[in-house]
Formats: sequence, structure tokens, C-alpha cells
Amino acid sequence: MKFDLRTAAALAGAALLSACATTGEGSDGTNGAAYDYPDNPFPSTYQRYPGAPTALVGATVYDGAGRRIDNGTVLFADGKVTGVGGADLAIPAGYTRVDGTGKFVTPGVIDIHSHLGDYPTPAVDAHEDGNEATNPTTPEVWAEHSVWPQDPGFTRALANGGVTALQILPGSANLMGGRSATLKNVPSRTVQGMKFPGAPYGFKMACGENPKRVYGGKGRMPSTRMGNFAVNRQTWMDARKYADGDRKERSLAKETLAGVLDGDILVHNHCYRADEMALVLDMAKEMGYKVTAFHHAVEAYKIGDLLRANNVCSAIWADWYGFKMEAYDGIQENAAYLQREGACVVIHSDDANGIQRLNQEAAKAQAAGRRVGIDIPDAEVIGWITLNAAKAMGIADQTGSLESGKMADVVLWNGDPLSVYSRPEKVWIDGALMFDATNPKLRPVSDFELGQPGEGDVK
Amino acid sequence: MSRLAYTLAASLLALAAPAAAQDFAITGATLATGDGSDPVPNATVVVRGGRVVAAGLGVAVPAGMQAVDGAGRWVTPGLVAAVTTLGLADVSAVSESNDISAGSSPFSAALDAAPVINPASQHILVHRAAGITRAATRTTPSGSIFGGQGAIIDLGADPNPVMRARAFQTVTLGEAGGRIAGGSRASAHALFRNALREATRLGESARIPGRSSQSRDVDLGDDVPVDSRLLGEDSERPGDVLLTRFDAAALVPVVRGEQPLYVTVERASDIRSTLALKREFPRLDLVLVGASEGWMVARDIAAAGVPVIADGLDDLPQSFEELASTQSNIGRMVAAGVKVAINASAMENPRNLNQYAGNLVALSRVPGASGLSWGQAFAAISSVPAEIIGLRGRAGVLAPGAQGDLVVWDGDPLELGSMPVQVFIDGVEQPLDNHQSRLRDRYRDLDESDRPKAFDW
Repeated sequence: MKFDLRTAAALAGAALLSACATTGEGSDGTNGAAYDYPDNPFPSTYQRYPGAPTALVGATVYDGAGRRIDNGTVLFADGKVTGVGGADLAIPAGYTRVDGTGKFVTPGVIDIHSHLGDYPTPAVDAHEDGNEATNPTTPEVWAEHSVWPQDPGFTRALANGGVTALQILPGSANLMGGRSATLKNVPSRTVQGMKFPGAPYGFKMACGENPKRVYGGKGRMPSTRMGNFAVNRQTWMDARKYADGDRKERSLAKETLAGVLDGDILVHNHCYRADEMALVLDMAKEMGYKVTAFHHAVEAYKIGDLLRANNVCSAIWADWYGFKMEAYDGIQENAAYLQREGACVVIHSDDANGIQRLNQEAAKAQAAGRRVGIDIPDAEVIGWITLNAAKAMGIADQTGSLESGKMADVVLWNGDPLSVYSRPEKVWIDGALMFDATNPKLRPVSDFELGQPGEGDVK
Repeated sequence: MSRLAYTLAASLLALAAPAAAQDFAITGATLATGDGSDPVPNATVVVRGGRVVAAGLGVAVPAGMQAVDGAGRWVTPGLVAAVTTLGLADVSAVSESNDISAGSSPFSAALDAAPVINPASQHILVHRAAGITRAATRTTPSGSIFGGQGAIIDLGADPNPVMRARAFQTVTLGEAGGRIAGGSRASAHALFRNALREATRLGESARIPGRSSQSRDVDLGDDVPVDSRLLGEDSERPGDVLLTRFDAAALVPVVRGEQPLYVTVERASDIRSTLALKREFPRLDLVLVGASEGWMVARDIAAAGVPVIADGLDDLPQSFEELASTQSNIGRMVAAGVKVAINASAMENPRNLNQYAGNLVALSRVPGASGLSWGQAFAAISSVPAEIIGLRGRAGVLAPGAQGDLVVWDGDPLELGSMPVQVFIDGVEQPLDNHQSRLRDRYRDLDESDRPKAFDW
């Protein structure tokens, strides 16, 4: 049994784009038009670094949007992609040619679920800044206030994973964990220097075992799944009251929740079980918000039809299973079964090691599909770790695929990125060369690692 | 008896009877023998009486033997996973189902994994289907620096998973060991030395028997280790002992070098301190586990002849004892002459062993990095862990005399997504079904137009 996955995915993608198009487009994504929403007090200061106009020639190109070009040409200059085509694409004067013969080019990899910076390494207690586990709902906290830009994990994600953008989420102890931060994976002295310009905020929510365990264990509500829903619904009702009022009184929590209800802040909901995801979708309808993506979603394959109908992405691992009760039904075919239904697939890491191998996770999930007769082209699989992630993060108009006018976030792989034997050779962010495996000095080293064993080593 | 009843009875009998080893040959497959050599195409493997008879090019299939066409397939020995907790938990976060550690137990070194390993555990079924046929499985340190006595198991679909009980002892001496020991590495080292001295004394006064020399390699079935815990009941012990008698007795074979001691350490200085233990306890049979900074002391490790079960891809300063971790760690240690297996416990699941090995091959193409050749990388998940856990020549290799553990793969076993199509253990073809494969089959579609999914099985 085979499916026309290309068509199904294209339809799902179109639906998602339209959903994303309703998100706010303010200077930093949080300026709603309908009310006097406060300007982002922690604006991005990121500016692209210099880069030479570059022509990647002769490589196999996966554009992230489902297209494969053999012997392709990718042009970029002044931080933007300026052309993508075949060997016949003219290379303007002044472009530095990089020979990609035998190599592959993809958009920069994007991780939609990371805790780099808020659970950095070294993973000592003093660095545990990802869960404000003192209240089951903490919509008032912002992940960016926990991000330590010197986390060495950012550099590994760049060099080994080709990651150029990522969403840092609060943890999942709380039903409502707070705002996420979307970052460019550029070394910076400040988190503002990493913030992705114009990216909408995300809002972390969590279903299931974690909130009820954390708060039930403290003798507080919620201690059950029904308690989870009750606390969530009451919180949304109170938020709706605020949102429908004049919003004059400042409230960090209510402003974020109102931003979600306005559609300016995208909900990223940690949720494992299919039945619970279905309940969340109804709760979202009841309360008037949209779930952009379910994260982890190990049982998403059981409700691929429902997820497609609701235009919700599933941000998943390839093969994690069985480590907790709600992960018991994890199967390797999760991504392929979602793709079969035309639902949106994103491969995520949630892990400082896994973020270095998102391409490999995608390849494993693809192979599991192939074994059950679901053939998903390589070029679409690359979309699971690039354009689909960008769509669900609300940044697909800027990055996630190789298209003229988009940010020149580009990876040159030394082989097929869906092979275990390949690694990034060069990584550009906004057209600036940020990693070059052939040049030991073009490898970022965090402050933490200076003067320590292994400083500047291959990692 | 009706024909139907007869058929049913016959099939039930077949289910109840132990599966017999098959005599068979696989021809025309790409063969990796696990010994460190590169794979060879169009090779033949012959298995008879549960053992490998021949493997390689130009091997003739004995007359009358069933031959399976392996064209387009790869054949390898079963993968060997060290160290694991396979069979000791159903769901690690469900404490009722989790026998991996026992922080509140009055015992530590005396804990014995063998009687509690569940061969029907889904993790064993899932990992069998992923091509792992043998494993070292152990309880982990929690209430004490000693984790207890691990077992060597096979992952066969039969009621007898344990090949060798009490095969090794585990101890942790780094950051974790220091915290367990009361707050510092110094305390961990004092506890360790005291424990070994108490064991030495108990072994002598109780006349606990032992072998006169090391015997690392397992001789299946005829060298079951003495359970030292059950001996020496009437010996006198001084009043200031810290260990229970049971724990002290369990450490007697360790201090005598009759039972390998797996030491979890990461930092270069902790590795040196561990190697130095041999000066005080010369007969210790050490194995390092973790060793993220092993490359910094690789020559010392090689000179000591101590094998390493190393974390394969750790490259973050996860803690202050892993500041120098790099994915090139294993490649550098191997280049220095250290015997290194990839640690199955340093990944999400042991079934990622082949992915990790493939990554070490990838490093050989990265400028400045140290990786492994394909043959070396495959050996690091087959013959090398087999040697370390005492199965030299018996597992992890396809060579005459080895157990008939074979995996037939649908592609290069180190490549992403390659999976076994057949798994043999001791020459017996294994079922590959499990909870995950059943869910996979049920959800091939979402059609419930006739009945709910619950009837689809």
C-alpha cells in the first residue's frame, strides 16, 4: 500500500502556512493591533555578521520545501538567498564559488524543542533554570530570562547538527510553563544578541504525567489528569475576562495569555497520549485559542486524521519509547503514519545530544516508514527538520527553506545528510560562515570552555 | 480427535516445546564477521548444531543443508550490548516496574541481577528485534557506591536469559560515587578500600574457595561462579565492620580478581586513580565504564591493559568530570591501543548502538577528528564488548565455534534505519514481534468504519 505523500504533505503545508499567516507581524512579533499590547521590553539586538557573496555549486540540494536539485546551485549575498537552481543558474560576478561536488546542501536545521541555555551544560543545580516548578501555571515567566548564552551546547548543535535556529522552551513541570524564546544559533554575549528578529513568541503547555506528578506530590492541585484540565480551563476563563476588558492593568501572566487568545503567541503543547491531545483540541476550541504543535506526541500516529483536520503539527522523536507510562506506545512509524494522513511532522530533540543528530533521527523515522510501504522522498524528510519546524515556529517567511529573499541559513554537508556517515562541513547563518570543519579557528568556543581541557577541540 | 482439534493440539505442542537449533547456511550476503575486518560481499555462513561452522568467502554449503539466499542482505554476528539494564524494568519511570536500583536496600554489592531478569520484558523483545543478541545487564549504584553483581544474558525467546550469573561487580567512583559515599570522592575511595579489605579478611577467615588465577572467559555451562555470599557463615568478623556479611562475601571474588570490577569514572584524574588501585589490590580485574576523558590518559589505560566501555558520542561538559569530552574519544583511545566497546547505557536505548558506531565511522571523514574504520566500529558493538564481558570467540564474531548468533539485515547495519529481517540466537530463529510491532500493524490505517481499533489484532 502506498500513498501519494507529496500531494498530502503539500495540502497540509498550505493549510499550515495560512494558519501561520494569522500570527502577529510586529517588530518582535508581539504587537497586536487590537489593543495596546506592551512592546517587547527585551528586543533582539542580533545583526547578521559579514559574509562573502557565495555560490555553492555542484552539490545535491534539498531546498527544505520538498524539492531536490541534482548538481544544484545555491547563491547568497548580503545575508539573503539570491538564487536556487540547477547547474545552468548564472553566477553573478563577485561570488565566491564553493565546490559542492559529491556533497549536499540543505537549509539550516531548526530545532523546535530545545532547552539549551535554560538547562545548559554543565548540568549542575545552579544551572537548572528551565522549570519554575512552584505553581502549576506560570504564564508570567519567559524562557529568555533563563537562557545562558555561554551554554557550550549551542556550539555542538551548530557544528555537528547544522542547527541555525531553535526554540528554547520552558520545561514541562507546569501546565503552563511560560513563553519560549526563538533564537538564531549565533554565539553572543547576551540572549538579546541571539533572539530571532521578528519571531513570534511561543507558549509552553504540558499535559499528562508531569504536572500532576509535580503538584500532586506537593499535595496541590492538579494531582490528576482531570485536575490538569480544570486548572487549565479556569485559567483560560480568567484570561478571557482580562482579554475582553480594557487590559489597562499590567499583568505578566494575563498579557501572555491574552497574546495566545489573540493568536499572536503560538501554543507548543507537550503531550504524549492521543486521547489527551484530542481533549486539548476541544479545550482550545472552547477557550478560543489554537494549538500550533503537540510536542513529543508519541501517540500522534493514532490520531493523524484529527491532527490534520486541526492543522496541528506533531514535533516528535524518531524512536524514544517506554521511559515513562505515557510513552509506552511509542513506535518508530509515528512520523510516517502522520505523513500518510497528511498531518504535519516535525522532528525535534528536547536533548542537548539529540539536537546534534536531528538529520539522523529524521532518517530513522523515514526508514521505519519505508519498511511498512510508506516511501517518503528524502527532500520531504529534510522538511521535517527545516521548513515544517519554521512554520510551526512562525518564522517560515524568513527561514526554513532555500528560496530567494529568505535568510541565507545554509548547511553544506560532506555527504547525504540522511546517512549516518555525513556531517556538516560548513554552516552559514544569514550568509556568515559560522562553522567550517576544514578550519579549526572557525569553530565557536564558549567562555566556559576557555582554559579548560578540550578548549577548541573537535567535539 | 477431530482434524481441527488435532491441528490445534499439534500447534500448542509446537509452542510449548523449546525451539530447536536449525542447521542452515546463508549464501550470497555481505558478511561482517565482527572481528574488526571490513565487510565482504557474496559470502557464506554455515551454522550447525547451534554453532557457527564456517563464515567467509568460498565456503561450501554442506550437502543437504538448507541454504537461504542472502542476496541484497547483510549478515553479521548478533550485537553485544554492554552495559545495560535490559530485563530489569518495564517502564523506568514507573517505580513499581523498575528493579534497576535500590537506594533503600540494606544491601549493595550483594545485589544479584540474575534472579530478577525478565526475559519477557518488552525491552528485551524490542532489542532482540533490533539485532542485539547478548548483553551485560546490571543493577546500578544508588544507596552505595557498589551497584551489585551483573549478569550476562542472551535475548532469546526462551525462559532462560541468564548465561552467567554474578559475572561482574559494579562500582562508581567519580562525582556520583562521591555523593553516594557521603559527599566526596575521598569518602568514596575510603569506602572502596575499606570494603575490599573487609572482603579480603572475610574471604580468608571463612575460607571462601576461589580459583588460583583469573578466569575471565566464560566456559558456558560448566564454570558457574561460586556464589561467595552463601559461604563462610561461621567466620568471625571484627566489631567495626561497615559492610554486611552478605556484601563483604560478594566482594571476595572481586578482590581476588575472579570477578571483573566495572568502575564508572569519567574524569582523567579519576581514571588515573582507578588504574592506581591495582597497586594496592593487584588482582583486581578492572573495566572502565564511561571514561569521557579517557583520551587524555589513553596511554596509561593501554599500558594497564584495562578495557573500556566508553560513552560513544558524549561531547558536552555535562559535568565537571567531563569537561574534555569529545566524540573523538573512542577513536583516540583505540589509536593508542586501548580495547574499547561502545557503552550501550550512554544512549537513549541500547538499540542505538549501531547508529553510534556509524557516527564513529563518520568522524573518520571529519578533518582533525578521530574515528574508526567500519570494521573497527562494528567490532566496538560486537566482538569487543563480547571479549570484555567474557564471551571471547563465543559471541560478537562469526567464526568457527562461535554461538550461532546471526542477524540478517536489510542493509548496512551501521546505516540509519537498517533493521534485522532475521535474528538467530544459538542457531534458533527468533520471533521479532513485540508491543511496538503490534501497534505498528494495528495503526497501518485509521479505518474504524466497521469496528473500533480494539478488534484489530
